[in-house]
Amino acid sequence: MSFLRVENLTASYGVSQALYGVDLHIDAGEVVALMGRNGMGKSTTVKAICRMIASDGTLQLDGQSLHALPSHRVARLGVGLVPEGRRCFASLTVRENLIASARLGDWTLAKVVDLFPRLGERLSQKAASLSGGEQQMLAIGRALMTNPRLLILDEATEGLAPIIRQEIWVSLERLKSQTQVAILIIDKSPKELARVADQAVILERGKTVWSGAMADMTADISTRFVGV
Amino acid sequence: MINERMINALVLAGLLALPLYALAVDEPFTITLVTRAVILALAAVGLNIVLGFGGMVSFGHAVFFGIGGYAMGILAYHAQTYSTLDLGLFTTEGTKLMPVIWLVAMAVSGLVALIIGLLSLRTSGVYFIMITLAFGQMFFYFAISWAEYGGEDGVSIYVRNSFPGLNTLVPIQFFAICFVILCLVLFLKERLRASPFGLALNAARQSATRAETVGLNPMRLRLVAFVISGMITGLAGALFADLNRFVSPSMFSWQLSGELIVLIIIGGAGRLMGPVIGACVFVALEHFLGGLTDFWHVYLGLILLGIVLFGRGGIIGMLTRTEGAHV
Repeated sequence: MSFLRVENLTASYGVSQALYGVDLHIDAGEVVALMGRNGMGKSTTVKAICRMIASDGTLQLDGQSLHALPSHRVARLGVGLVPEGRRCFASLTVRENLIASARLGDWTLAKVVDLFPRLGERLSQKAASLSGGEQQMLAIGRALMTNPRLLILDEATEGLAPIIRQEIWVSLERLKSQTQVAILIIDKSPKELARVADQAVILERGKTVWSGAMADMTADISTRFVGV
Repeated sequence: MINERMINALVLAGLLALPLYALAVDEPFTITLVTRAVILALAAVGLNIVLGFGGMVSFGHAVFFGIGGYAMGILAYHAQTYSTLDLGLFTTEGTKLMPVIWLVAMAVSGLVALIIGLLSLRTSGVYFIMITLAFGQMFFYFAISWAEYGGEDGVSIYVRNSFPGLNTLVPIQFFAICFVILCLVLFLKERLRASPFGLALNAARQSATRAETVGLNPMRLRLVAFVISGMITGLAGALFADLNRFVSPSMFSWQLSGELIVLIIIGGAGRLMGPVIGACVFVALEHFLGGLTDFWHVYLGLILLGIVLFGRGGIIGMLTRTEGAHV
């Protein structure tokens, strides 16, 4: 049985329906890439999983339905979110951002700093004063401090300099090889995703149109559904 | 540019030095004046936890100030008249012992804050302001019609309540009690701000949605902060009533709730010593300008206007040249 089970997921923003039937399965320790063009429902799917918007269909984490739970309860069950646009707590320092979200578990401040040494040099600096890449590392570190069993990264490398993107992809590879945390990652770069993802799911118009092993995703499929 | 820590130390030192100087030159009224500023500062420090740290503009914090005042008034009234206070489950003869009065004031304020918080914290913005204001008015009118405790005229206490080992009728000794409590509360508030709870509250103030995604429950965080805040303001109310040896429905008034907000804005919202500086400025204006004109509030209004328009970090923000405590 899948660790995260999403079947026929539908969701709307008011009267405007955004998801028409998303199917997505993630096993423990597996990395799944969620792909698709802009506006196809990737971020909405993430919001539905994190219960930031109401949804219908099957939505289960480790066999437990998430539908009746508020967002913070989903996070406490082990879903860590790195939101699109980083969104760190700007007026808190790096250390305070990490402490504010800390929960008991393997992930500690020292371990996050080990994964992102740049953060270690900026522990007393306000999040607002960090570069985009450092804020992204902080957003990932903050999510890890919740000791998630499923880590969701929404456009984690968007708008970053190539060298910083590389740094983040290397960290994600380390994360995959050194931990058992399942990862759902949204990104527009199939080449980079291939480095970490085991499986891929492609959305089009709010519906799953392709899913399979990352290695099986041909250039034709990528061009047709993702546009790259 | 002056360091904020330096300002904090200077303010506390000044607050301690002025009554000592007044004692040396035999000016007991000045000591009472500073004691009033210290108590108002304590009340505003309580409010600053929800307003400055939590981002909740409570326009009904006079409720807790009044509850603290009435807790003192009722207990002392029964003790001085040797009458029995029937609380249904048990009866008491009241007490004149300050520590007991403080505990009761804080417990009742905390309980009422819990109830008000549970109902009002589900809203935000102007609705939260209106609900807290409504609770304030509810308590105000209840106190006016509470004939057993003087109704509109309030309750007078003939002799100030006692504190073991001190003569509280001596102004400097009562000041010392209030000053120590203020320092203790400021210390605890600073510890609270830097604690995981304080950081989580700050995070929830910045974005409740983001806070939820890292497993924080904004409603619960705000409720705990609201209760702590109410307890501190309740304690200040008990001290204020003891200072005046009088308690009346005016302690519940919306004007007082507004004044507490004004103190914080003048000093600097979210800053440790913001409410203390605001209270000192307020009491100084009230005393010096109040003696010259009945319209001294106009000058207070002008100062407030100037700070809101040109120095949004309050007096501390202007001195340290930082707009807000949160940036």
